[in-house]
Amino acid sequence: MSFAGSGEARPGDIRVDLQLIADMVPPESRVLDVGCGDGALLDYLAREKQVDGRGIELSQAGVNACVSHGLSVIQGDADTDLHDYPANAFDYAILGQTLQATRNPKTVLEDLLRIGRRAIVSFPNFGYWRVRLGLLWHGRMPVTSTLDNPWYETPNIHLCTVRDFEALCADLGIVVEKRVAVNAQGRRGLLQFSSAFANLFGVQVVYLLRRR
Amino acid sequence: MAGNRDPIGEGSTVTLDGAALRLDCGSDLANATIAYRTYGTLNAQRSNAILVCHALTGDQHVLGTHPVTGKPGWWERMVGPGKVIDTDRYFVVCSNVLGGCMGSTGPRDVNPATGKPWGLDFPVITIGDMVRAQARLLDHLGIDQLFCVIGGSMGGMQVLQWAAAYPERVFAAIPVASAARHSAQNIAFHEVGRQAIMADPNWGGGNYLNQNTLPRAGLAVARMAAHITYLSESALHRKFGRNLQNRDKVAFGFDADFQVESYLRYQGESFVERFDPNSYLYITRAMDYFDLAAEHDGVLAHAFRGTRTRFCVVSFTSDWLFPTAENKAVVHALNAAAANVSFVEVATDKGHDAFLLDEPELFKTLGGFLAGCAEHRGLAR
Repeated sequence: MSFAGSGEARPGDIRVDLQLIADMVPPESRVLDVGCGDGALLDYLAREKQVDGRGIELSQAGVNACVSHGLSVIQGDADTDLHDYPANAFDYAILGQTLQATRNPKTVLEDLLRIGRRAIVSFPNFGYWRVRLGLLWHGRMPVTSTLDNPWYETPNIHLCTVRDFEALCADLGIVVEKRVAVNAQGRRGLLQFSSAFANLFGVQVVYLLRRR
Repeated sequence: MAGNRDPIGEGSTVTLDGAALRLDCGSDLANATIAYRTYGTLNAQRSNAILVCHALTGDQHVLGTHPVTGKPGWWERMVGPGKVIDTDRYFVVCSNVLGGCMGSTGPRDVNPATGKPWGLDFPVITIGDMVRAQARLLDHLGIDQLFCVIGGSMGGMQVLQWAAAYPERVFAAIPVASAARHSAQNIAFHEVGRQAIMADPNWGGGNYLNQNTLPRAGLAVARMAAHITYLSESALHRKFGRNLQNRDKVAFGFDADFQVESYLRYQGESFVERFDPNSYLYITRAMDYFDLAAEHDGVLAHAFRGTRTRFCVVSFTSDWLFPTAENKAVVHALNAAAANVSFVEVATDKGHDAFLLDEPELFKTLGGFLAGCAEHRGLAR
């Protein structure tokens, strides 16, 4: 990856799911990226969209990589460290591919929409047809490109489907402003047609959410 | 303010001869002297100044040969040409704290009212007082806003005090291995050190300078006890183990049989040559009294309300004097104030003293943080 100031950056530098998230963030907004990893998204947003970004990352190695490249990142945990932030501190609170690994996804989701005026959440869809078929056909826990750990060592303890997630949003009074599902090749195709389509053919989904 | 450039190159002094310095204890201190050194060049915009705050027993001699000990400056690994705090790029200022004994006004100096050394008549000072004096020094130097203020341990306390008391004067703040308050355990260790000094008959109620004595043994013991807290169990073990000092077997006596004993005795004895016992009492007291939240309705986040300063908080895994939890409490408060904050915990077995030592991860982190800040501040490379 390349970082701010390297001057060799092009759109498309980052992972497909990160690009989908980045596309939802308007220029010059204030962003908190929860589970920011090595800072690829924050770096992209700072470079391409002049975003005022902060990050939280669980792994100290990730944090050190971010800070040593000039990004504002703290070591912390989505489950425990979101409470400190005041309401409306950010325009966008982002949680990329992390929701399914939290202990209390419901609380985390509520916190995201308290801290941020909007939230962007992405996760691997457990309703994807290969996942369904894997369990039905082989009778074993599914292992796919986005869920690539065997059951005994996966960090993903709260997996859900498109329908599960949208039901929770409805319960919490959260409005889905936008949903983008992508297939295994990272393409959108016809997946946006309906929830059922997205739930069956989407490998991963990205949501833009706001409070009602 | 009257300034004086020391002709022998050991630094400069300034006398705060305007309004007296109003201290937290309620006293006024008139004509206080602040001894300081600068490294590098202040740019035309006066925007590239970095204030380095020293720790309990440090001083303004960050770089170069120390005038008393003859040893290299205490932060030559961090500061200098081409270093993380690059003196080719930044203008570095470091002053001896108020109450110190390396040129700034302290209990060893003459009380103008009596013509004799202050001793215990010197007013009790606080971290806030130290920072107020530094702010006056910056006024003297014509620096409105610091690009960065950085320090470890007690230096980190000053950094936090700076950010809370003068937010508009601090663009970036780096408290390293520090805390927003001194813990009960740390106060306890300081009290042991102070009692060792005061129990020495040569201390004479703090009046030793008038009696031509010096509580050498007391100050040495204080230093020995404190020095243990700056290291970690594993660092001590790695350095010394149970190795014997110049002998094959224990001597069945109370001589320094073990290397670790010999090392501590040396640390204590050499410290006495360069530090004033009463200064040690006053500066440890200033750390004990430090509690940033207490000055802000008990809520640490209120100390940083609305701050625009960019923070980078650093802790070390094996530091049990200013452990990660204390540093994270600062981070949580900064988050609650929606401040711009980075936090890194550096993995090391060297204990609290790691901030003074060769820690590549620390250098990499701070180098990146400063580079990012310099870009935002518009500082030329």
